[in-house]
Amino acid sequence: MQPLSGTALVIFAAVKAIVFFTLMFLIVAISTMVERKVAGFIQDRSGPNRVGPWGLLQVIADGVKNFLKEETLPREALKTFFMLAPVIALIPATILFAVIPFASPTPTRWGLVEMIVADVPIGFLYILAIASLGVYGVVMAGWSSGNKYAFLGGLRASAQMISYEVALALSLVPIILLTGDVRIPELVSMQQSFAAAGPPTVSMWFIGPLLLSAFFFFVSGLAETNRLPFDMPECEGELVAGFHTEYSSMKFAVFMIGEFAHMITTAALVTVFFLGGWDIPFWSGDNIRVLADGTVIGDPTWWKTLLTLAAFAVKLSTVIVLFIWIRWTLPRFRYDQLMDLGWKFLIEAVTLYIVIIAAAILVLEALNVPLGLGYGAILTGVNIVLAGILFFFIDRGAVIKGAGYKGHVVRRQRVDEERQDRRDRASAA
Amino acid sequence: MPGEVKVLERPHAEASYVRAAARGMGITLRHMLNPYKVTQQYPEEKWDLAPRWRGTHRMATHEDGTAKCVACGLCPTVCPVNCIKLIPAEDESGERYAAVYEIDEFRCIFCGFCQEVCPVEAIHLGVHYENAEYTRERWVYDLERLCEQDHPFNTLWDPADPRSE
Repeated sequence: MQPLSGTALVIFAAVKAIVFFTLMFLIVAISTMVERKVAGFIQDRSGPNRVGPWGLLQVIADGVKNFLKEETLPREALKTFFMLAPVIALIPATILFAVIPFASPTPTRWGLVEMIVADVPIGFLYILAIASLGVYGVVMAGWSSGNKYAFLGGLRASAQMISYEVALALSLVPIILLTGDVRIPELVSMQQSFAAAGPPTVSMWFIGPLLLSAFFFFVSGLAETNRLPFDMPECEGELVAGFHTEYSSMKFAVFMIGEFAHMITTAALVTVFFLGGWDIPFWSGDNIRVLADGTVIGDPTWWKTLLTLAAFAVKLSTVIVLFIWIRWTLPRFRYDQLMDLGWKFLIEAVTLYIVIIAAAILVLEALNVPLGLGYGAILTGVNIVLAGILFFFIDRGAVIKGAGYKGHVVRRQRVDEERQDRRDRASAA
Repeated sequence: MPGEVKVLERPHAEASYVRAAARGMGITLRHMLNPYKVTQQYPEEKWDLAPRWRGTHRMATHEDGTAKCVACGLCPTVCPVNCIKLIPAEDESGERYAAVYEIDEFRCIFCGFCQEVCPVEAIHLGVHYENAEYTRERWVYDLERLCEQDHPFNTLWDPADPRSE
C-alpha cells in the first residue's frame, strides 16, 4: 500500500485538518470540564453538577455566557494589537497539533492515510519553532492593553516563557541523540519493535531510556503553559489578572481556550515523545511504520487505527489529568524561585544530562550494543541512577530556597550579634 | 521598639522539593478518590435549622385570624435599628390594636428583642431564611403578611421552662 498522492492527498489533508482541529477544540471543552471536576474532587466538592447530566453541559453554558458578556475596548488600548493578541495566543497552540500523530495509518482505496495532519520532515524543529511563538500573544496582550498591570503581567509571562523555552528545547535533544531522526511519526515508530524489518528501533517507550528528559520536559512544559506551580502571569495580589486584565467576553475566552489548547498540545507532545504515542504496549500487531521513502512495515487496518486512537486518547487524558492534578496540589513558586529554578538549575541540569546521555550512547556504540531492548534497558539503568542522584542529593534544599533559606537566618544572627556587641561595649563604656 | 521577627529555622538541608511534592500529590489523590463530599446540594437538601434560629418575622394570631398584637409599642421602642413601624388604634370597645404594623426586614438585624419584649407573645422571629424579592418595597412586611407566614416560630425559650431550668 502506497502513501497518498495527488488530489487525494490534498483532499485527505483538508479533511484531516478540519476533523483534527474540531477534535482539538472538543478536547479543550472536555478538559475545562475535567479541570473543574477534578478540582472539585480534590477539594472534597462535587464540582459543577447543575447543567445537564452530571454537569456535563456546563461547558456549553460557559461558552454561551462568554458570548453574551459585554465586550469592552479600553480607551487607552491599541485596537489592532488588542484584537489580534488573543488570536496570536491561540494559533501556535493549535497549529502545533498538526504534527502530532493520533493513530496508526489506515488503508483506503486511494492509498495509506497517515493519521497526522502534516507529516513535516522537520516535525521536531517545527514544534520548537512554533512553541516559542506562544509568548507573542501574551506580550502583545499585555502591551496593547494600555494598562500597567497588564503590561507587567505580560512582561513577567514573557520572561518566564522565554526562560523555560530553553530548558524545554534542550530536554528534547536526548531524543534526537537516541533516534537520529526528527520526523514525529518516526519517533513513535522508534518506540515500537519491528523484529528485523527496517532500521533498528529502541523498542521501548522513551520514558524509560530518557526518564530525566521526560521529567525536565514535563516541568518546563508546565512552565511553558503557565500552569501551576508556574502560573506567574496571573497574580491577583500583584498584577490584578495579569496580561488579560483588560479582556472581557469572548476575547478573554479565547485566551482561556489558548491556555487549555497549549496544555493539551504539551500533553500530546509528552505522549508522543515519551509514552509511545499511539503505541499499544505489549502488542506487536499495532507496530506499523512508514519510512520516509514511503515503505510500509507492518499490517495497517482500519480497526487497528481505532484501537491505537483509543490508546492515544487514554495516554493523552492521563497526562492531562496529571497536569490538572499537579495544578490543584502544588503551591506556586515565588517569582525569584521560578527564575532560579529555570536559569540556575534546569538549564544546567539538562545540559549536563545531554552530555551524560551522549556519552552513554557513545559508549554503547563503541561496545557495539545493537539498538534495541538491551540498549534501552542499559540507558534506563543509567537514567534511574541519574534520577536517584537528582532527587535524593541535588534536590535537597539546594534547588528551591524557601522563606526559611538559611542564608537570611545566618545573616540575621550575625547582625543581631553585632548589635549585641555594640550594646555591650556601650554599656561597658 | 518594633516587634521581634521570629525567623523559623526550617529543616532545609533534608527537605526535597520533589519528594515533598510527591507526598502532596498522594494526599490530593486520596481526596480525589474519596467519595465523601462536603457539598450540600442546596435547593434539594436544606439545612437543619436550630429551633432558636432567628429568621423572618411571624405574627401570632388568634383563632379568628386577627393578630395578637395589642399595640403596646414595646417592640418599636426596644428595636435597636428602628425597623418596626407601629401606629396604634382603639376599637369601639376600647381594645387596642395595630392600625399599621410594618417590619422592614432589610433593616432588621434579627436580634430577637421584639420577641423577647412582647408581653402577649404576638411578634415572633421564625425558623426560616429563604427570602428573595424582586423589589425593595416587598421587603417591608405589613401586618397581613406577617400573619400569613406559616414557618415555625422561633422558640427563644421553652414556654414550659422559661428560665431554662
